[in-house]
Amino acid sequence: MTARSHSLLVQDARTRRRNAAEARFRVYGLGAISVAALALVVLLSSVVSSGIGAFRQTYITLEISLPEAKLDKSGTRDPEVMAKVTTFGYAPLLQDALLRTMEQSGITTSLSAADVGKIISKEAAATLRDHVLANPDLIGGSVTLDVLAEGRIDGYFKGRVTLESAALDANTSPEALRIAQGLADAGVIETRLNRRFLTAPDASDQRPEAAGLGVAILGSLYMMLVVLVLALPIGVATSIYLEEFAPRNRLSDLVEVNISNLAAVPSIVFGILGLAIFINFAGLRQSSPLVGGLVLTLMTLPTIIISSRAALKSVPPLIRDAALAVGASRMQAVFHHVLPLAAPGILTGTIIGLAQALGETAPLLLIGMVAFVRDYPAAYTDEAGLFAEAATALPVQVFNWTQRADPGFVERASGAIITLLVFLLAMNAAAILLRRRFERRW
Amino acid sequence: MKDTHLAERVDTMTQLKISARHVNVHYGETHAVKDVSVDIDANSVTAFIGPSGCGKSTFLRCLNRMNDTIDTCRVSGGIRIDDEDIHDRKVDPVQLRAKVGMVFQKPNPFPKSIHDNVAYGPKIHGLARTRAETSGIVEDALRKAALWDEVKDRLDAPGTGLSGGQQQRLCIARAIATAPDVLLMDEPCSALDPVATAQIEELIDDLRQSYCVVIVTHSMQQAARISRKTAFFHLGSLVEFGETDRIFTSPEDPRTENYITGRIG
Repeated sequence: MTARSHSLLVQDARTRRRNAAEARFRVYGLGAISVAALALVVLLSSVVSSGIGAFRQTYITLEISLPEAKLDKSGTRDPEVMAKVTTFGYAPLLQDALLRTMEQSGITTSLSAADVGKIISKEAAATLRDHVLANPDLIGGSVTLDVLAEGRIDGYFKGRVTLESAALDANTSPEALRIAQGLADAGVIETRLNRRFLTAPDASDQRPEAAGLGVAILGSLYMMLVVLVLALPIGVATSIYLEEFAPRNRLSDLVEVNISNLAAVPSIVFGILGLAIFINFAGLRQSSPLVGGLVLTLMTLPTIIISSRAALKSVPPLIRDAALAVGASRMQAVFHHVLPLAAPGILTGTIIGLAQALGETAPLLLIGMVAFVRDYPAAYTDEAGLFAEAATALPVQVFNWTQRADPGFVERASGAIITLLVFLLAMNAAAILLRRRFERRW
Repeated sequence: MKDTHLAERVDTMTQLKISARHVNVHYGETHAVKDVSVDIDANSVTAFIGPSGCGKSTFLRCLNRMNDTIDTCRVSGGIRIDDEDIHDRKVDPVQLRAKVGMVFQKPNPFPKSIHDNVAYGPKIHGLARTRAETSGIVEDALRKAALWDEVKDRLDAPGTGLSGGQQQRLCIARAIATAPDVLLMDEPCSALDPVATAQIEELIDDLRQSYCVVIVTHSMQQAARISRKTAFFHLGSLVEFGETDRIFTSPEDPRTENYITGRIG
């Protein structure tokens, strides 16, 4: 064979080398994708396996007698008098109800009555008190209520706590778990879907079983509203001006460079800015969704401006020329023709910017949104309204819970991450759908 | 062809429509159009020919001030349409462009329905008040653009769904709909096949009755077929301007002759 084969049936050395290089490159690519996919699977499965428990909760069904002598000595059912009985007055009632239920189920124990009472969550007394205050007629009779089981008992039914670990735990004992198992066999204790996780506010360090994401979801929602209402119009107006109207000179170049720089500024810097301007200077209330929303608006604006400009730029100049040539003014050309064509891109950029803002933690820490918020913001008690009430946000809640000592909060934090991811996925799906729906060819 | 041209020249009084004097155009550092002076007659077709980059399209875009939209572009010199200076402070380019319609090299219908494409101009200029008036204008423009019979049953179909030649005629209809006096055409057939080109040329021949048509073309045959006067541009300068027949049969300037005979360009 000669150095240079003329037959197409025989590949020369050069072609073979080229083909080998191509095959190698494909293998590298596949390898990279596999590593990425594996990392994603590991991440998701670890989050889901530790967090899915937060969406289920263990409840004890108790028939609680409500003696008038203890709850309303005056017998007037005057709300003010009744309110004087604190949760400490209600806790023994729950303990009695549990002991009675155990007796009926034939469960005997060596534990003291107080230790048995620990099977019930500390939150339960508050739940019972609220229920009784809302329905004063129940006093003197009895009520059947599903109350939360204590965190360790909940953990036992989810497999987090075992008899061995309970032996080393100051907060529970193997005996308490045996009682709980007996009650579960009798149908008194049940683990079921936990709607409270998405609606209840946060709870203190000792009661992970009661902690929920309600306030965090609400806070995030309010902040997203603030961001959407401010960042979308400002961002789109800015990008239209810069792209379609601004003269090209040093000043506009400077503005452009700085917008790109702002997009790369670490988010915590925006938090410092927000603290200095909105809280210290403007005097807005810290921890409020309004301030959080303003800070996130500042952070999101560069993203929205850059993606909107890219969307505007991608509209072919032919369309602008066509509009101008029939005598449309520049503004008419932009608003009648260019903007509708750029809208899908602008919306996609906005939603991605919002999703970024939704997952942002650092700037919110600086403006006090990491506070422990036990109650829902209540607009009707405050002139400033919902947006100025203290609230927290989903990613901050995750941060908050991961710092708590009780292992029950690990599950809660992972559950919150799942919730956050579901929101983010929903927003990204919306972005894709919008783009598909409104994308037009020209 | 030649005979009819001659006959017409005797019949119609040639009336001056556009007069350009010492027009210079700079794109940043580039001197794109150099001292061009030309007179264009009403109700006739005038062709601009020349090699690529000779400034003929740039000069065409001066006539409806489309160059205003380009930041780096500076135009100097005087252009008068119907003896009015189009660079006068009082002239709004928006009104000028309604009077001087333009058709581009590549068909560029809006991504809207056929009807909306044509109705857009009259709508923004307030030419039609009612829906009936609008459809009247749309039908009239589409008829003049020789497109009505092909699209009358699907006016709601997207304009971008038409064939290239139909799209270009739609763009012509869109330009006609604002009732202009002048139609500027920037190589309207360069993206079209020979059949569509023939249709457009036929259309241009009809439009000549009512409009002053200025057409930039790469095809010398096309210029010879449809225009009465031809201007030859070379390197930004107007080399020769005169009756089309004379330019193609006995050009005065050697550069024109070289271009026409295919030696340059």
